[in-house]
Amino acid sequence: MVGLIIRRMLQLVVLLIGISFIVFMSMHLSPGDPASIIGGPTATESDIEAIRNNLGLNDPVLVQYANYMTGVVQGDLGFSYQTKQSVSEAIITRFPNTLNLAIASMIVAVVIGVTAGIISALKQNSWIDVSSTVVSLAGISIPNFWLGTVLILVFSVGLQWLPVGGLSEPFWTIEGMKQLILPAITLGTGSAAMIARMSRSTMLEVIRADFVRTARAKGVKEKTVIWVHALRNAMIPVITVIGLNFGFLLGGTIITEQVFAINGVGRLMIEAIAARDFPMVQGSVLLVAALFVLVNLIVDLIYSVIDPRISYD
Amino acid sequence: MAELLLDVNNLVTKFKTADGKLSAVRGVSFSVNKGETVCIVGESGCGKSITSLSIMNLLPNNGEISEGSVRFLGQELTKMRQDELRKLRGNKMAMIFQEPMTALNPVFTVGFQIREPLKIHKRLSQREAHRKGIELLKQVGIPYPEKRMSQYSHELSGGMRQRVMIAIALACRPSLLIADEPTTALDVTIQAQILDLIDDLKEELGMGVIMVTHDMGVVAEVADRVMVMYAGEKIEEADVESLFSNPQHPYTKGLLKSVPNVDDRNHQLEAIPGTLPNLNEVITGCRFHNRCEFATEKCRTQSPKTFTVNDEHTVRCWLQEVEQHDESAATASSNQ
Ligand SMILES: Nc1ncnc2c1ncn2[C@@H]1O[C@H](COP(=O)(O)OP(=O)(O)OP(=O)(O)O)[C@@H](O)[C@H]1O
Ligand SMILES: [Mg+2]
Repeated sequence: MVGLIIRRMLQLVVLLIGISFIVFMSMHLSPGDPASIIGGPTATESDIEAIRNNLGLNDPVLVQYANYMTGVVQGDLGFSYQTKQSVSEAIITRFPNTLNLAIASMIVAVVIGVTAGIISALKQNSWIDVSSTVVSLAGISIPNFWLGTVLILVFSVGLQWLPVGGLSEPFWTIEGMKQLILPAITLGTGSAAMIARMSRSTMLEVIRADFVRTARAKGVKEKTVIWVHALRNAMIPVITVIGLNFGFLLGGTIITEQVFAINGVGRLMIEAIAARDFPMVQGSVLLVAALFVLVNLIVDLIYSVIDPRISYD
Repeated sequence: MAELLLDVNNLVTKFKTADGKLSAVRGVSFSVNKGETVCIVGESGCGKSITSLSIMNLLPNNGEISEGSVRFLGQELTKMRQDELRKLRGNKMAMIFQEPMTALNPVFTVGFQIREPLKIHKRLSQREAHRKGIELLKQVGIPYPEKRMSQYSHELSGGMRQRVMIAIALACRPSLLIADEPTTALDVTIQAQILDLIDDLKEELGMGVIMVTHDMGVVAEVADRVMVMYAGEKIEEADVESLFSNPQHPYTKGLLKSVPNVDDRNHQLEAIPGTLPNLNEVITGCRFHNRCEFATEKCRTQSPKTFTVNDEHTVRCWLQEVEQHDESAATASSNQ
């Protein structure tokens, strides 16, 4: 277990170096000059040259990368070209919003997905099963921005039940939850659909398994047969899908934050990319990558808890 | 006086399939007395497991008992509510399955799985159930039972898993044990141990046992009575001596001929020609006629009735009619 964690941390370091290199290069090699953006339309050529010198943009790219990484190792992600704010600070203030959104969406996805999947499996080919299948397929294919817009039009603009956007209140307050609910549904639907499909198929397989019949032969109550004996087995493959979907969700926050005007890391990233704010883009990408690795580590740890056949020692 | 434990009468079990409703068990009747071992034998697919599962009411969900009765300890099981049946299962009647490798739940400990029936039916506390579980594991010959309680099925060999299954099945001292080929998946030495174990426990607990097998060697070893099934029907039933010394049905004779005989090196192993019909095949007359070398016109058109060979021995085959006719003719002529 400890071995696994250490191994993953080492992998994470290698991964982050790789990712930072790729992002760094693609930012520097793609067209668009941060200096002229910072200088603005009125800046003269020499002004821009001065800014460039100042930011070190005239050094060879590899030297720039080395300088940047020296900072990163010391915990310094640099300063935003645009706002001069420290990148770490900017991310830290925005990160809670993104995390809340991602976790809320995950909860929506897991609760709806697993429940729908299991009910579908138990009532195979019933109208519940058929409609859940149809809704799932729709859920997988509908783009986030479209779903978000429709939800806003219906529940915020039309019915006026929920706020149009923003995420200003803490999530544990009623106001905060109201703000979180539409974005969480928007972002969680695709994952809910995938989790539902997976839960249904694994549950269908598991309820036909010999050990489920054994449980019935012992006189175990039907509820216990399903929710204890079958469920734990059926969840093993579903956990993988949940882990993968977390990555998918993190990607989805970019669009969802945009649609609901949530000040999170996703939006920060979009703005930074538009402004060629290299340090800010780098910093946010590194954060998301680290988070993804961390979630996968947690998934693997959950695995070993629910499936005794898996051991990391 | 033998005490009746289980009485199955004209059991018909059908499956809903893409080809419509098909019968896997066709009007089977038999009974099991207290302390008696009844073996069900027949080729793979003839309906042995489905007969057993019908009794336990554990059929796959496309299967159903569509006719007949199953009386157990005087109660009709086919009309019983699920929650009442549940109180009998694992308690008064228990079953060991064909496939020990998959019969145990992989994500729960042996201890959890063996404590469960004790808690449900005997209302034992966690600690009492644990103690009793260890005792049961010891009883079925599992070494280090305390340690086994906290292990998972993947940590056990096939033989050990089947012993655990037996321990679970016997946890509440059932009156009836159904063992569906409990040793087919195991190697020969383990096989003998498991059979001995079931036999010993039967004596000890006075259980009735239904032993499903397609191995005539197993039958010879454990059976009091034998029922031979073919394509969903019971075709012959007899006490074990009578069946081995005086088999009547050509199919039974074929089964016995396909068993190797160590004492007689010249014994010719013979496979029964042909294969078991599919459930969806329509067969008129005797269901065995197209594989039977003695089949007559009558066999092809009329379903055979049941003939009595002696008190303990019945058979469904038209050849009996000829023989019994000959015999009565012979006695009649000798009386003249
Ligand atoms: N769920 C099902 N749906 C349709 N047909 C089934 C189903 N389960 C079993 N059958 C059929 O019922 C028949 C009897 O099967 P059963 O399992 O009782 O055979 P068996 O005598 O136990 O054979 P074996 O020795 O291989 O265990 C077979 O033809 C089988 O294909
Ligand atoms: Mg079988």
